[in-house]
Amino acid sequence: MRDLHLPLNQTQRVRLEAALHELQSLAPAAASAASVTVADNIPVNQEDNILKGHGTSDHDGEVVATLCGVVERVNKLVYVRTLRARYKPEVGDIIVGRVIEIAPKRWRLEINFSQDAVLMLSSMNLPDGIQRRRTAVDELNMRSIFEENDVVCAEVRGFQHDGSLHLQARSQKYGKLQRGQLLTVPAYLVKRRKQHFHHLEQYDVDLILGCNGFVWVGQHVLVRENTESKEDKQKLSDEVDTFTPIETRKHICRLANAVRVLSALGFTLTIELIIQTAEASLSSNVEINDMLGAEFYVQTAEREARRRADLLRKKNGAR
Amino acid sequence: MEYVNPLTGFRVDGRRPNEMRQLKGEVGVVSRADGSALFEMGNTRVIAAVYGPREVQNRSQQVNSKEALVRCEYRMAEFSTGDRRRKPKGDRRSTEISLVIRQTMEASILTHLMPHSQIDIFVQVLQADGGTRSACINAATLALADAGIPMRDIVTSCSAGYLCSSPLLDLNYIEDSAGGPDVTVGILAKMDKVTLLQMDAKLPMDTFETVMELAIEGCKAIATYIREILLENTKQLEYRRG
Repeated sequence: MRDLHLPLNQTQRVRLEAALHELQSLAPAAASAASVTVADNIPVNQEDNILKGHGTSDHDGEVVATLCGVVERVNKLVYVRTLRARYKPEVGDIIVGRVIEIAPKRWRLEINFSQDAVLMLSSMNLPDGIQRRRTAVDELNMRSIFEENDVVCAEVRGFQHDGSLHLQARSQKYGKLQRGQLLTVPAYLVKRRKQHFHHLEQYDVDLILGCNGFVWVGQHVLVRENTESKEDKQKLSDEVDTFTPIETRKHICRLANAVRVLSALGFTLTIELIIQTAEASLSSNVEINDMLGAEFYVQTAEREARRRADLLRKKNGAR
Repeated sequence: MEYVNPLTGFRVDGRRPNEMRQLKGEVGVVSRADGSALFEMGNTRVIAAVYGPREVQNRSQQVNSKEALVRCEYRMAEFSTGDRRRKPKGDRRSTEISLVIRQTMEASILTHLMPHSQIDIFVQVLQADGGTRSACINAATLALADAGIPMRDIVTSCSAGYLCSSPLLDLNYIEDSAGGPDVTVGILAKMDKVTLLQMDAKLPMDTFETVMELAIEGCKAIATYIREILLENTKQLEYRRG
């Protein structure tokens, strides 16, 4: 099984297989019928003028898939939705990336796309919060904002005419991410939602589900308004010197491990599911390091199978 | 030496002349790679990892920025052959096979969809028992499809030879080192196009055609198998995603 190389014992193997089989039986039958691989024919009605979208090509008048994935049909459009592939950016996506290079007036970020993304100095808020032209001094001080290997949260601004991808960070909620863990998961496991920033008050943790499959779990930081007095800034710098409390660190690790388990099992990452998994590990007294052990994987798979079964039952009951 | 038993018609390893070795394929074996696969043809065992499409690392290698740059590196593990020997990285044989794999894969990848980027394919032979070239191409196809890289068609490859006046499919190491003709064919399975054709030694024209026909049959059988694996994998991912 992919990505899962666990030392399972006999019972665990049987339980995991049963849970995965359950998930398979719960999935709608249409999903398996719509799965295609490279060079499969996509059945279409030739009479209606269809539009060929991503992942399709034309071969002898037939629509042929060029990717492995699931066929989606929206009105006339037929396209293949990929599963395991690199991230495909859309304007407005919230992403997490890592700075790999500082170039004149810009940072280059690795965001799991086929190219590096560009964050211009002019498309981000300066730390002093004043709107003004960026001067040569600002350019020289770029390293004081982001350095190489810093983790940064930003928004996709759009493609430039030369094909490069530009980002922006014009709000207090974007910017450098510190004191936490960056996890990389396949991009198809993160769905586009209204909310990608989550503040989990019970844990004092911030969780950012980047659309590009980079997930940030870190200590909660207060988003401050620009109109602050000097004393507030003093307080902020004091806070920087203080350590993250051990409790918060444990929560970060627990949530990060929950994300690891869920992504290894290939379940869609939603905030509810991550919290549920972390809660379950707490309530069943699983140590943080044991969360990556075989037993917890099996339990998570079984829990997910139960959850989906309940959902399906509710849906059918409502009808 | 007799490579085909005149009485029973069986080959040295007990196969019939038109029989292939057992195939086994698995995707997702390298967790950090974008796509990866393990492919076995009998005792030949190859692992392939694909990284990309990603930012071009060395700008000087980029010929056309409108298309993706495909790079390939072939290596034989030291423990892959009978005699354990340290092989230098850039020897002629591995450079040639790297080139062959690169060209074969490039023919099927839709490079124009991924401008300003590069795709790296790394193939390593874990066990060599003849037909490593074919096994590497098959593994690379699986890994590329796993990485979600758009391709025209599935490329598969298989070898065939001619020994003891009978055409043999999928030569193993003993038959390969007999010094007879060895035809390696790579095809785009659905489009029925040949992307790779290599031959050692000489063959009369009419026998060549039968040998090549046999190899193409082998390629098609491999293509069917590879598509089964990919479809099963896609379905699994979709089920679990929910």
